[in-house]
Amino acid sequence: MRIEVSVNGAPRAAEVEPRLLLVHFVREHLGLTGTHWGCDTSNCGACTVLLDGEPVKSCTLLTVRTDGHEVTTIEGLWSGTELTPVQEGFHQEHGLQCGFCTPGMIVTGTAFLERNPDPTEAEIREAISGNLCRCTGYENIIKSIRWAVEHPARSRESRVGSRE
Amino acid sequence: MQVPARFEYEKASSVEEAVELLRRLGPDAHLLAGGHSLIPMMKLRLAAPEVVIDIHELDGELRYVREDDGVLRIGALARHRDVLESEVIGERYPLLRDAETMIADPLVRNMGTVGGGVAHGDPAEDLPAAFVALGGEVVVRGPGRERTIPIDALYLGPYETSLAADEMLTEVRVPNAPDGSAYIKVERRAGDYASASIGVALRMSGGEIEDARIGMCGVGSTTLRARGAEESLRGQPPGEELYRRAGERAAEESEPIEDARGSAEYKRDLVRTLVARALERAVERANREGAR
Ligand code: FES
Ligand code: FES
Repeated sequence: MRIEVSVNGAPRAAEVEPRLLLVHFVREHLGLTGTHWGCDTSNCGACTVLLDGEPVKSCTLLTVRTDGHEVTTIEGLWSGTELTPVQEGFHQEHGLQCGFCTPGMIVTGTAFLERNPDPTEAEIREAISGNLCRCTGYENIIKSIRWAVEHPARSRESRVGSRE
Repeated sequence: MQVPARFEYEKASSVEEAVELLRRLGPDAHLLAGGHSLIPMMKLRLAAPEVVIDIHELDGELRYVREDDGVLRIGALARHRDVLESEVIGERYPLLRDAETMIADPLVRNMGTVGGGVAHGDPAEDLPAAFVALGGEVVVRGPGRERTIPIDALYLGPYETSLAADEMLTEVRVPNAPDGSAYIKVERRAGDYASASIGVALRMSGGEIEDARIGMCGVGSTTLRARGAEESLRGQPPGEELYRRAGERAAEESEPIEDARGSAEYKRDLVRTLVARALERAVERANREGAR
């Protein structure tokens, strides 16, 4: 079936089998391997992408379902020159160990802060409860998202300054 | 890697069209809403529909949560998240909010739909038990007809409902709000299916429990209603001893089997305890409402 989907802001047309899951379309057809493929059972959230701005698990989504919609992957969150506050937070607070869960955590965390820019710690915990970290680094992941809450500024200087 | 078996894909742009497709394509066609029950089953080849009819474009028609003249109406495509965030539900049907905070996780709740969760007929799904407690009913559309089924008549067995092959669930309704309600679930880990969950909704009058309904999830081959326990509560003044006895009764009415989530005896024990706790919480909420 022929689909047209916007991926990270760029229109993409493709011929896909209806049974193709979005995670494989993104990784194999588009070469966007930032989206990870983990449990394959809608548990781990490593495959999280944004569908029309909402975080969803791409291993449980048919690619054909995205026809006419917008998909944003971890690659689409990066401007190409500077890290987003959530990405920078993961850097500052050591929010990753092996990094396998990180794209999903960042996509989920970013969408969450858009809706709730000043969350409590309990709300952050709830927000990432569909994303598993097999390195179990949850404390630092929460701190990383917290960091982004406290440093929402888009200006590079302020963030570099805070590193010293 | 889990890959669904091949299927043909159709997309409906109205309820009418979806029902027409169901009529034409017969029992080998399956509706796809949020897909968070069906797609995992297709990946495991536990389900292999020949045709999948995608209904996500019916959001305009079927995605709503509202109360009209005291009747709660939830459109089949309302997401779990819509229920969780609905003010009217938080205020008047708190057991639905209790249940939703425990269903899967926020990402799944962004996709998963109320209609899908109810129509799928999984005995481990929480929403059916919550709606049984609320005395809910489902609105069902077939070619040129519409009917209403009380939710406790919907489930015939595991994954088996009284919907005909050419019928589609379009709405879940609750005819009137309870005075108090609560839903409690015990799960092995965050986002899991229930080891056991209990929903209670009740009406109070003159300090007594006028009427109560109890829905049970995960402790039978379908969603169960604890009618005997309900009967034991009718017309009684609330209190710990009464809750304890209702819990005993409900435990007798449950039909759990041993699996990875625990032994039958453990689950029966959960029913005993959760019924008593849910009753206590529901009565507390009713009293708080009454005091306003
Ligand atoms: S790979 Fe999709 S949730 Fe784990
Ligand atoms: S950093 Fe290794 S899985 Fe989270």
